[in-house]
Amino acid sequence: MIRVVLPAHLRALARIHGEVHLEVTGPVTQRSVLDALEARYPMLCGTIRGHDGGPRRAFIRFFACELDLTHDSPDDPLPEAVAAGTEPYLVVGAMAGG
Amino acid sequence: MSGVRVLAGTRKGAFVLTSDGTRKQWKISGPHFAGWEIYHVKGSPADPDRLYASQSSGWSGQVIQRSDDGGASWTPVGNQFSYQGTPGTHQWYDGTPHPWEFERVWHLEPSLDDPDTVYAGVEDAGLFRSADGGQSWQELPKLRGHESGPSWQPGAGGMCLHTILLDPVQRGRMFAAISAAGAFRSDDEGQTWRPINKGLQSEGIPDSDAEVGHCVHRLAMHPSRPDVLFMQKHWDVMRSDNGGESWREVSGNLPSDFGFPIDVHAHEPETIYVVPITSDAQHFPPEGKLRVYRSRTGGDEWEPLTAGLPQQNCYVNVLRDAMAVDTLDSCGVYFGTTGGQVYVSADSGDSWEPIVRDLPAVLSVEVQTLP
Repeated sequence: MIRVVLPAHLRALARIHGEVHLEVTGPVTQRSVLDALEARYPMLCGTIRGHDGGPRRAFIRFFACELDLTHDSPDDPLPEAVAAGTEPYLVVGAMAGG
Repeated sequence: MSGVRVLAGTRKGAFVLTSDGTRKQWKISGPHFAGWEIYHVKGSPADPDRLYASQSSGWSGQVIQRSDDGGASWTPVGNQFSYQGTPGTHQWYDGTPHPWEFERVWHLEPSLDDPDTVYAGVEDAGLFRSADGGQSWQELPKLRGHESGPSWQPGAGGMCLHTILLDPVQRGRMFAAISAAGAFRSDDEGQTWRPINKGLQSEGIPDSDAEVGHCVHRLAMHPSRPDVLFMQKHWDVMRSDNGGESWREVSGNLPSDFGFPIDVHAHEPETIYVVPITSDAQHFPPEGKLRVYRSRTGGDEWEPLTAGLPQQNCYVNVLRDAMAVDTLDSCGVYFGTTGGQVYVSADSGDSWEPIVRDLPAVLSVEVQTLP
């Protein structure tokens, strides 16, 4: 079971309360987690990355285990703690002040 | 008694304002989609319970929402806007070629007779159509593909297709306007397009009467007389009596002919409304006085409408999609400001009252007249 935490505006869009729990078959990567997320919540397509698995949107960040995974390959394995469900995969809206 | 439903899009959500025909007591619903920019919300003329909303954010891009119950509940529908074919380029601010990139939907125009058909005007300037209630979107590519397209440049607010008018008499004829390319007309349901900017003069472009390149801010039409078009340009209020074939200036005695919205009275096709703004560099009303100007002669002769509007220290703007009229016997006129006020006049502009005063900056105002 993979735990995913979304920013508030995307939780509101998808009417999600709290974490999302996903089952991912095969390698646990950013791509496979986002594929599973979008399959369950189609309204999130295009809001985190481009349609059909396209590039990450510029002001979205991906964190886990106190690491910034934003610029990692989407096909790299996620940390073991994320794959095991002990740590969440965080989708974060970049900080924007002013 | 019939009533009205005002649809306000703001920088931080959408609001639905409803009243009976007196337009005195209002019920406010919202914010819907709190925190998101709502560029436009509009109802279907064929089914007033069918609404479409353009929801966007810098973080998460474009979402289209649809309501089938007059705004009580909403469902996200399709948000994939892909330019047809190889997008090509337009001019960037520095004059270099820049690939067409979808940014957001500025305006949604539902079909006059099919609730499932809706047009979307987008930035970078393009026109899309959905025939399945917003689930999927297809570009009408000949507008963006016009031979002048590679020379189009964005205005300061982006290169947006912000106005779509559907001709209720000559079915299949439609008008679109783009900042800063100009006005365009199609006679075949959007399959082909041609510029209609003859008579426009714009000092901000190298050739002041060029075929394209004009910063048209808004077009308006009375449904009974679609050959007569009104235009608020960057500077100048213009009028065409031949479906856009040619234009003449009707700014007349306005204190400034810079502005954004323009609209037509529901029952008097020669009565039109604008909100003069000081200048392109000062986007607020002249002298700090918020005045709607009305012409009952289709332009040239204008009168200020001030009753109920702030006449000192007012420095808001009224954006291009933020004015609308209802079709009740005593025509209602509505507009929203960047200061978060939505004003109503239930007497064709003679007097005004705020419906709400403290919304986020208002981006758009539409009104539905309900049975």
